[in-house]
Amino acid sequence: MISLSEYLIVAALLFVISVAGIFINRKNLLVLLMCIELMLLAVNINFVAFSHFLGDVTGQVFVFFVLTVAAAEAAIGLAILIVLFRRRRTINVDDLNSLKG
Amino acid sequence: MTFEKFLFYVFAFVVIAAALMVITRRNPVHSALFLVVVFFNTAGLWMLAEAEFLAISLVLVYVGAVMVLFLFVIMMLDVDLAAMRAGFIRNLPVGIVVALLMLAEMVLVLSPSHFGLQKYAAPSPAPADYNNTAALGLSLFTEHLYALEIAAVILLVAMIAAIGLTLRKRPDTRRQVVSRQHMVKKKDRLKVIKMAAEEK
Repeated sequence: MISLSEYLIVAALLFVISVAGIFINRKNLLVLLMCIELMLLAVNINFVAFSHFLGDVTGQVFVFFVLTVAAAEAAIGLAILIVLFRRRRTINVDDLNSLKG
Repeated sequence: MTFEKFLFYVFAFVVIAAALMVITRRNPVHSALFLVVVFFNTAGLWMLAEAEFLAISLVLVYVGAVMVLFLFVIMMLDVDLAAMRAGFIRNLPVGIVVALLMLAEMVLVLSPSHFGLQKYAAPSPAPADYNNTAALGLSLFTEHLYALEIAAVILLVAMIAAIGLTLRKRPDTRRQVVSRQHMVKKKDRLKVIKMAAEEK
């Protein structure tokens, strides 16, 4: 049978990969947004696994809300990205320094 | 090894491999497509954990909506890819060290000695007449109704914010104004000129 720790370790691996992705892709705003989506997915795997093993459907309800917030976050993030690209013609994080004193 | 366990390992391996591809690809379009693979296989993992409704909604919402939005934005922006990769090698060691450190800590906590089958026995499979969607809906619309309404408001705010941010008026474009077209009278456009017939 599949044990709870196997689900948790898969989710931990996914989370760690997305943290590494944020470090190595820290110039590209698009890939940063994708890494955030991966992190949220890793958290959701934990919720689903605990919901299954504890026999409580509340964990799945929480995943539902996390999916909602993640979708809203992706939509607004991409909208900001588009506005940024129109103004600066770049999505490089290092070039977004117009508020720097 | 049972068939379920075999499926679990296949899905888990593809999830991890595709996630590695997401963060290492040079082209953001490839990253987005590998992210789709990650979502599909995670849906498979959730099916194995008997979360059928969420598995399907992950495919519908993420693969169907969010990833299409990502691909749309990637292809709409004309991004200079070479400049994006400048810090890749320089940041790679830091990323790997932080990732391995976090992984070691998490595996220590989440090891089978703490969360294994002895501590958390595998639940018996749900009976054939168990309806995951109905159970989820019952909980969602009774205990968590207030949170559900807040989620609805969040989606509305996100929609209005996304439209408001990206809407732009371009004064130089020429567009049809249908009402003005309808208001036009014959005398505004047509002029009859009396003139003598010309001879060759």
